[in-house]
Amino acid sequence: MFIIEFKGLTKYFGGLAALEEVSFRIKENSIFSVIGPNGAGKTTLFNCLTGLTKPTRGEIYYKGNNIVGFPPHKITKAGIARTFQNIRLFKEMTVLDNVLVGHHSCYSQNLLSSLLRTGTFKKQEEEIRQKAYEYLELVGLHEEYQRLAGELPYGSQRRLEIARALATGASVILLDEPTAGMNPQETEEMMEIMRRLKEIGKTVVLIEHDMKVVMGISEWIVVLDHGVKISEGPPDVVKNDPLVIEAYLGKEIHA
Amino acid sequence: MLKGPLYISIFTSLWFGILSLPFTGILKALFISGSIFILLLLWHFLKSAFSLKPSIGLRISIPFKPSTITFSAIGLIIFLPFIVSSYIIDTLVLAGIYIILSLGLNIMIGYTGLLNLGYAAFYAIGAYTYAIFNTKLHLGFWEALPISMFLSGLAGFLLGIPALRLRGDYLAIVTLGFGEITRIVLNNWISLTNGPNGITGIERPSLAGYELSGVIEYYYTVLIFVILTIFFIKRLIKSKAGRAWMSIREDEVAATAMGINTFLYKLYAFSFGALWAGLAGQLFAAKMRFVSPESFTFFESVMIVAMVILGGQGTIAGPVIGSIILVLLPEVLREFQQYRMIFLGAGLIFMMIFRPQGIVGKRIS
Repeated sequence: MFIIEFKGLTKYFGGLAALEEVSFRIKENSIFSVIGPNGAGKTTLFNCLTGLTKPTRGEIYYKGNNIVGFPPHKITKAGIARTFQNIRLFKEMTVLDNVLVGHHSCYSQNLLSSLLRTGTFKKQEEEIRQKAYEYLELVGLHEEYQRLAGELPYGSQRRLEIARALATGASVILLDEPTAGMNPQETEEMMEIMRRLKEIGKTVVLIEHDMKVVMGISEWIVVLDHGVKISEGPPDVVKNDPLVIEAYLGKEIHA
Repeated sequence: MLKGPLYISIFTSLWFGILSLPFTGILKALFISGSIFILLLLWHFLKSAFSLKPSIGLRISIPFKPSTITFSAIGLIIFLPFIVSSYIIDTLVLAGIYIILSLGLNIMIGYTGLLNLGYAAFYAIGAYTYAIFNTKLHLGFWEALPISMFLSGLAGFLLGIPALRLRGDYLAIVTLGFGEITRIVLNNWISLTNGPNGITGIERPSLAGYELSGVIEYYYTVLIFVILTIFFIKRLIKSKAGRAWMSIREDEVAATAMGINTFLYKLYAFSFGALWAGLAGQLFAAKMRFVSPESFTFFESVMIVAMVILGGQGTIAGPVIGSIILVLLPEVLREFQQYRMIFLGAGLIFMMIFRPQGIVGKRIS
């Protein structure tokens, strides 16, 4: 039911608390948003979840197992993949190769078979290529599979990052500001992709500033401010929460 | 009308036969065109046997489009020893050894993005392994070859375990230190390496009781090893390991996030890159029949790096071209005596300013 659970997650950078006693649960096969003003600790939360930074205190459960302290590649293998706020593609590799790298932990290949190009090697390569192509179709980049990733326009790069994360076979996909810098039409397409991810059974966790996206697509929202969870609930509840309004707009002054 | 590979094979072999006629006489010319014909057919057969059938255009190897230039180049490489002097052949043998070296280093620098400034150490380990096993234990070339390659690869692995926790400049400095330590150990471990005097009397390889001692025989020996090196490295690059290496070069954090154990794959890159230096070292020891620490200085490491960068890192053709140029250029400039290194240095500077990606490298602008 709940695929991810944070329990008292705390992260200090020196004396600064980026996250403080954050606890919440993420439902399986849902679209979940984490919002908050700049510096609220959203990306730190993602980094802790994917193993890129180690939390100071607290536990993160994925399918019932505490994954704190796992190296990032093991967490990906376990089933949590992400995209990055500042796009991190393998720029001088082709679009297809980017997705193939995503497949890394889904198959094994030994040195000898790749040197001799045995029958099984070829069959396996064809299979993962076919799968990679399907992921590219899902995000609408299949026609550009031979181009270098760095040559793609900005919006396509964001979509390629999603295809690459999908290729890891992960069941939870973390999207760090997927619509940042996009025009309304691209944003609409991105929302469509997220809906499709849910359809194929993935859990989508989203960091987003665009309220139209957040309110339009999320089933559950968690609001962070200065590293503390100040609110959570479905969009309608969060939207009208005075604490959230205060965090975003400031307090009303009574004369 | 004949078409395709058969037609090209016939045409090319005839062409070479006619070309060599004035130099070699009718019998040898027939022999040359006959063997070119067979080799080309064989080449094409191997090519088609190993390439994959396309499916929705996602084939694993790009189809080889043989051009007349490619075939002429192959023919030229094969029949060069009959055309040019043995001095040039000797230089080409050296170029071949450097091609293997720079291809090996290219795995570290070009594909995985790990700057190694002590690559000559692995080269030295290969050369000394063969020298010691051959002169002290009388082990033949072929028996010693796996040992040399293994020991060099092992050295890469062992160096990698502590060094690969570092990045960029720091890694470069550690490898530089390793290169110097290796050279100094070779210089001072008199009982094993005979110190600065080096080891003499190393055997050339022999095949079926026939010693490959002539310069032409050795040219072909090295040529075969160069082809094998290119063949293996190319295949490895187009596999899971190769893709993992390139992703580490492009963005290590993203590579980790894709489920790649980056430390392990960097370690693979170090051992697999060092292994070829072992092969090159053994070929060098057998060529010179003599090894001394002088051949494996820091300058040597820098030259190999220059070959990779000049030709174009992260490509197969790049290091090959870079090695040939940097080995042949000093020979061509020999009449300028002490000024030749100035020309070489100036050339490298201009190259890096106007074409930093190397001769064949490509870069996104």
